[in-house]
Amino acid sequence: MYRYDTMDRALVNERVEQFRDQTRRFVEGSLSEEEFKLLRLRNGLYIQRHAPMLRVAIPYGLLSSLQLRTLAAIARRFDRGYAHFTTRQNLQYNWPALQDVPDILAQLAQVEMHAIQTSGNCIRNVTSDHLAGITPNELDDPRIWCEIIRQWSSFHPEFSFLPRKFKIAVTGTPDDRAASQVHDVGVHLVRNETGEIGFEILAGGGLGRTPIIGQVVREFLPRQHLLSYLEAILRIYNREGRRDNLQKARIKILVKALGIEEFKRRVEAEWLLIKDSALQLDEREVARIRAFFPPPAYRCLTDRDVAADQEKAFKAWYRYNTHAHKMPGYRAVFISLKAPDIAPGDATDAQMDFIADLADRYSFGEVRVTHTQNLLLGDVEQERAFELWQALRSAGLATPNIGTLTDMICCPGLDFCSLANAGSIDVARQINQRFDDYDYVYDLGEIDIKMSGCMNACGHHHVGQIGILGVEKHGEEWYQITIGGSASADAALGTVIGPSVAKAEVAETIAKLLAVYVEHRQEDERFLDVVRRLGVKPFKERVYATPIAA
Amino acid sequence: MPRQLLRNGAVVADEWVDLNDAPLPQDSRAVIVGFDRWRNERDNLRQYAGKLGVKLEPAHKVEDLAADLPRLALVAANFPGPGDGRGYTQARLLRERYGFSGELRAAGYVRRDQVFFLARCGFNAMDLPEEELPGASAAFKTFSAAYQSSNDAGLPERLARR
Repeated sequence: MYRYDTMDRALVNERVEQFRDQTRRFVEGSLSEEEFKLLRLRNGLYIQRHAPMLRVAIPYGLLSSLQLRTLAAIARRFDRGYAHFTTRQNLQYNWPALQDVPDILAQLAQVEMHAIQTSGNCIRNVTSDHLAGITPNELDDPRIWCEIIRQWSSFHPEFSFLPRKFKIAVTGTPDDRAASQVHDVGVHLVRNETGEIGFEILAGGGLGRTPIIGQVVREFLPRQHLLSYLEAILRIYNREGRRDNLQKARIKILVKALGIEEFKRRVEAEWLLIKDSALQLDEREVARIRAFFPPPAYRCLTDRDVAADQEKAFKAWYRYNTHAHKMPGYRAVFISLKAPDIAPGDATDAQMDFIADLADRYSFGEVRVTHTQNLLLGDVEQERAFELWQALRSAGLATPNIGTLTDMICCPGLDFCSLANAGSIDVARQINQRFDDYDYVYDLGEIDIKMSGCMNACGHHHVGQIGILGVEKHGEEWYQITIGGSASADAALGTVIGPSVAKAEVAETIAKLLAVYVEHRQEDERFLDVVRRLGVKPFKERVYATPIAA
Repeated sequence: MPRQLLRNGAVVADEWVDLNDAPLPQDSRAVIVGFDRWRNERDNLRQYAGKLGVKLEPAHKVEDLAADLPRLALVAANFPGPGDGRGYTQARLLRERYGFSGELRAAGYVRRDQVFFLARCGFNAMDLPEEELPGASAAFKTFSAAYQSSNDAGLPERLARR
C-alpha cells in the first residue's frame, strides 16, 4: 500500500498543528462558533447529538494492521471502545471529547492517517472497489489512480471552499462495487477501441434529498489527463454551482439545470485550456505511485474446493463470505460487521485488534473496508480459510451473510446523529430478529437492504433493492419503504411503495415484500429483477391489503 | 494611522482608496472601484491620472475584465463570507490565464486560516482585520509543501514539491 514520504508526513503533521492552534483559538474565544465550524469540518469533526463525531479517512478503504491497531487503541483511550465503519470506507468515533481531538489526530499521524477533508464543502476522501488489485476482471488497479487523486485533492487551494461537498469514486471493473454512479464524479477505468486504457467520466450523481444517477461527461479520457479533467469539472462547479440554497448546491443540481450536453460543453471548453498544463500526468510519476501497490508475495498454488468435505456452517460461510481471487489458490475473505445483535458497521477495539492479528497471520498485514460497511482480508490462502473461519467465529465475526438480506447498510440514525429523524440501529435489530432463519435468507439470493435515518441518505436507501427511510410524523418514528434500487453497474433509484409504516411494522412489511418475490420469481431471478419485471404494484397491493397498524 | 494590510508577506500601509460611488479624487491617488461602476464608466475612468483597481464580487466573471487588465494595477476579489470560494478561481484565472501581474487583493472575509490557500492561488495582498495582522505572515508557512503546482505569489519562499 501507499507509504508516506517525508513530504506527505510533513503535511499531515503540519495539519495537526494547524488544527491544534484552531482548537485553542476557539476555546479561548478568538474564533467564533461559525468560523470554527468551517475549520473543524475540514478535519472531519462534527458536533453530534451527544458528543463530537470524528471521521477518520481511510483512503480507498485500505488499512495496514498497524493502522487498524491504532484505530482500536484510539477507540479504547478516547472513545467508548468501539467505532463505526461508513459507506465511504471511513471510520467514525462517536464519543471523543473536543479537547482530545488534536491528540487523536497526532496519534493517527504517527501511522500515516488523518481526518483531512472527511467532511466540509471540499473534495472528500476518494473511494474505490474493495476488491481493487485482486479481482479477476480488472482493467487496471484503481488504487493507483485513487492515490493520485488523493494527493491532487489534498489541500487543493482553489477547491477548498466549494458550494458543497464533493465525492469521487474510482472503479477498475465493469462491476461497480463503489456506488460510483451515485457520486459527484465517478471514474471508470475503460478500454477504447484501440485497446488503450483510460477513463470514462461520470458526473452529477448523488443521493440525499434529490437522488440522481450520474451521467457520462466523457466516454474516453486518456490517462495522462485525469487531473486536468477533474480540475475542469471542479472549476465549472466552483464557479457556477449554486450557493444560495444548501439543498441545491451539489453538482448534480448544476448538471441537471444546465443539461448534460451544456455541462459537458463547458467542461470540455475549460479542459482544452488546461489539459497541457502542469496537471498532465507524467508517466514516471504514475509509475512511482504504481510501485507502491506491488502484488504481495503470493505462493504458487492451485485452486481447490476446500469447502467440499467440511461442515455445513463452514460451507455457507465460504460460499457467502469469500470471493474469487485473481491468483490461483487464494480467496478474498469478508469479515461481516453485520452480526444480528450489533449496529451495522460497528467494531469494538478488541475486534479490531483481533482482525489486525488475523491480517498479519493470513493476509499480508492488510485489511480493506468495503462500502457496504464490512471488512475484507484480501489475500487468504484457500487452504487456510477453515482455520481463519474458526478464528473469526470465535470473535463473532463470521456471520455468514455477505450479500444477503441481513447484510444491511445502515447509518447511525437517531441514536447518534443530530440530523436523523428516526432510529435505524434498532430497526436493523428488528429485521435481524425477524429473519433469523438462514435457509430462508439464502433462498432469497442476492438482495440488499439499505437504511437511512433521514433524507440525507447516508445509508443509501434510494439505491437499496429494499430501501428504508426514517421519517418523523407527529413526533413518532415512521419508515418509508422503496424497492427496486441498485448501486451496482445497473444503478437505479428505488420506487416508494406507498405511505410510510410504523416502526413496529418494518420487518413485517419486508416479509410481505419478500413473499411476493418468492411467489413470482422465475428461475434465478433476483428480487431486483422481479421488481423490474412486475413493477411496484403487486408488492404495494400486498403490503397495504390490510391496514397498517399504527 | 492609515489602515494596513498584508502585502507580499509584509504588513504595510494601504495607499489605495476604496472609492465606491464617490467622485474621482483630484490628487491622483490610487483608487479601487467596483466592477459594475467600472463597466458603466470605463471610458471616463481610464482617463484618470492615478492608478486604478477594480473589485470583483464572486459572481463576476474575470473573462469580462480580461481586456482591461493592462490598465489596472490592482484587482480585488471580495469574499462575502467564510464559505464562498469563488474568489480562489478568479485569482487563478487572472494569474494563469490572463497573465495579470499587478496586485491581486483578497478583500472582505479574509482571515489567517485562509492566507495559505489565498497565496497559493495567486493573491499577493490580503486585507486582514487589524487584530489578525501581527503574526499573520506565519500563515504562509502553514504547510511546507504542496501537492499542486500553483501561483505562490506573495509567499516568502517557494514550497517544496516532488
